[in-house]
Amino acid sequence: MTNNNITLTIDGTTVTVEKGTSVLDAAKKVDIKIPTLCHHEDLCVAGNCRVCVVEEIGKKTLTASCATPATEGMNILTSSPKVRRARKDVMALLVSEHNTQCTTCYRNRNCELQTLASEYNVDNNIYLSVLKDSTIDKSSWSIEKDDSKCIRCQRCVRTCAEIQHVNALSVTEKGRDMRVSTFMHFPLNEIVCTNCGQCIIHCPTGALTERRYYDDIWEAIDNPEKHVVINTAPSVRVALGEMLGYEPGKIVTGKMVTALKKIGFDSVLDTDFTADLTIMEEGSELLDRLKRALVDKEQVALPMITSCSPGWVKFIEHMYPEHLEHLSSCKSPQQMFGAVVKTYYAEKKGIDPKNIVCVAGMPCAAKKYEANRPEMRDSGYQDVDAGLTTREIGHMIKQSGLKFEDLEDGEFDSHMGVSTGAGVIFGATGGVMEAALRTAYFIITGRPVPFKNLNILPVRGLESIKEATVKLENCLPEYKFLEGVELKVAIAHGLTNARVIMDQIVDGKSPYHFIEIMACPGGCIGGGGQPIPTTDEVRKKRMDAIYEEDMGKPIRMSHENPNIAQIYKEFLEKPLGEKSHHLLHTKYRKRKRY
Amino acid sequence: MNSTKEFIKELSEKYGKERKSLMPILQKIVERNSYLSVDAMREVAQILDISAAEVYGTASFFSFLDTQARGKYKIRVCKSITCDMKGKSEILKTIENILKIKVGETSKEGKFSLLETNCLGWCHKGPAMLINDEVYTELTPEKIRNVLSEYIRERK
Repeated sequence: MTNNNITLTIDGTTVTVEKGTSVLDAAKKVDIKIPTLCHHEDLCVAGNCRVCVVEEIGKKTLTASCATPATEGMNILTSSPKVRRARKDVMALLVSEHNTQCTTCYRNRNCELQTLASEYNVDNNIYLSVLKDSTIDKSSWSIEKDDSKCIRCQRCVRTCAEIQHVNALSVTEKGRDMRVSTFMHFPLNEIVCTNCGQCIIHCPTGALTERRYYDDIWEAIDNPEKHVVINTAPSVRVALGEMLGYEPGKIVTGKMVTALKKIGFDSVLDTDFTADLTIMEEGSELLDRLKRALVDKEQVALPMITSCSPGWVKFIEHMYPEHLEHLSSCKSPQQMFGAVVKTYYAEKKGIDPKNIVCVAGMPCAAKKYEANRPEMRDSGYQDVDAGLTTREIGHMIKQSGLKFEDLEDGEFDSHMGVSTGAGVIFGATGGVMEAALRTAYFIITGRPVPFKNLNILPVRGLESIKEATVKLENCLPEYKFLEGVELKVAIAHGLTNARVIMDQIVDGKSPYHFIEIMACPGGCIGGGGQPIPTTDEVRKKRMDAIYEEDMGKPIRMSHENPNIAQIYKEFLEKPLGEKSHHLLHTKYRKRKRY
Repeated sequence: MNSTKEFIKELSEKYGKERKSLMPILQKIVERNSYLSVDAMREVAQILDISAAEVYGTASFFSFLDTQARGKYKIRVCKSITCDMKGKSEILKTIENILKIKVGETSKEGKFSLLETNCLGWCHKGPAMLINDEVYTELTPEKIRNVLSEYIRERK
């Protein structure tokens, strides 16, 4: 045994842990569960809720196990009468400040405070309610903030600071007036917020939730004049199961499609199709930029950065407004979908686009904001009428009364329903890069990318910033200018990591040609609209499911998608063509940093 | 006098641009402008490269880092338990009656603002209050009337 190990006793069980391990984690190691509220494995220790208190024999006062490092010979009791009394008291105090209208809460039965209060049978009558008056902030397209449900654990504050480096939320005032709020208590739509929704999936209660649109969708479905189309993002199918009784990592694509058709959507399509379209456009844009830089010796903004993640796009607009030219001009797959649904699809189906309601099923809170950007109306209508989160779709399926687990597997509708494995992997960090490399390498060399089974492993996984180099050799005559070039790429997820990448660009020291950035940790599979809880363990399982779905697809490169060939032939003509430029590309705006 | 923007720039040069410089910078701005305006807080955030919410979080923690424009004379009545037990409520009521303003309000002509504050450290001589930087202790309604009438007549 080295000096780095510590042995302690927890509830009579001896456990050896590495130095620096908290008592809470030591207990986890021997399967002793200590309740927590302010603690989240993604975040730094706060130690403010006091729910995790334990008794150390020989000490007078109880200690917070999340914030106490294990020491040699410690003897801990996690469930002594003293501990249980204190814990129940802490919970009762939290409940006394809480809006306990659980039946009307969106997080009902998915709330950590509710679960603990129920487990400990907290008596409502110990303390009088001291709930303060507050109004719900519904100003944002994406996020609702209800202070009456806030337990002031500050997980959202830490999330916004540590994971996203945005710091939109802060602790304001003090004592009994202390609250989690914004600059000058301004409403969410007036502050610097990326709408990523990470605060939502880290909130233990219903204080932060996404703005819900499903009632509007039910209305549209019920309206015989409306043709309601939904497209679902790749990461929804590997997470939706968690809303409906399955373990994380279950692929429910077929059942999801059947459920959405039974609910009454007139057409159920696959966002993967426009992910493939994104690859065609974005890949062509990258090759165009490289050609202009290397052959025409023009001043071109390189590296080029992906623009699929609306949280990331708003982040760069606020934080690096002078560097927007690095962003690909491609709209996100969601917005490309809306633009072609109300043009190409409407034409093909013979439906007046004004009667089409385009819904996007997304793992995301920021997509709701994106759908409402004023510039996203290139079809002549609002391209995407509403964005639903994975959670909202789960709720809709529950509301419909369908027995999800008994549903037969269905198929996406045709026209924009066929997709490739490349489209599927958009859902995981590194996926857009992998999909782009599969197609770009093929276009440049006429050969598949030189990785076994097309699996570009260096760009996969949860590492904060990933890098890869692909050497371009034996290029086709058209791309001789790339002969011998080592294409350098990077992938970042979580906006704190994006900042590292951007600071390199600002300093002129970025060694890359192409960068993928996703606002949320893990990419879309860890998005702000995904089922709660989302932890690294859950992210990994969803990610494995994404790559499993990719391997199961007969076509795994975007340019081989027959629907893609068809849309270019019948409608768009060619990547970066005039029509593509009008419908599939966009401009960004400089926003205020403060 | 130079602009607040220039003033903040000077302060950042004097105290540095680290997170720890936030407090002295905010204190100096309050000393000069009597409060922290929205623009001033944004300027500080920018210069220290932190978010505006973080600046506001710090400012709103301290009673003396005001984030609202106040009257010429800021009356701060101590709200700690000791002063409370020694009759703070009556003192507040007396002030409210004389100046016709409630806690948190500023009189119409902009001369007085009535505020509560955390412990002033005068527990042994409570109830206590501050008018700007001047401390008044062992207050009674009678004493309040005398003190305030001098300010109303513009003693200084």
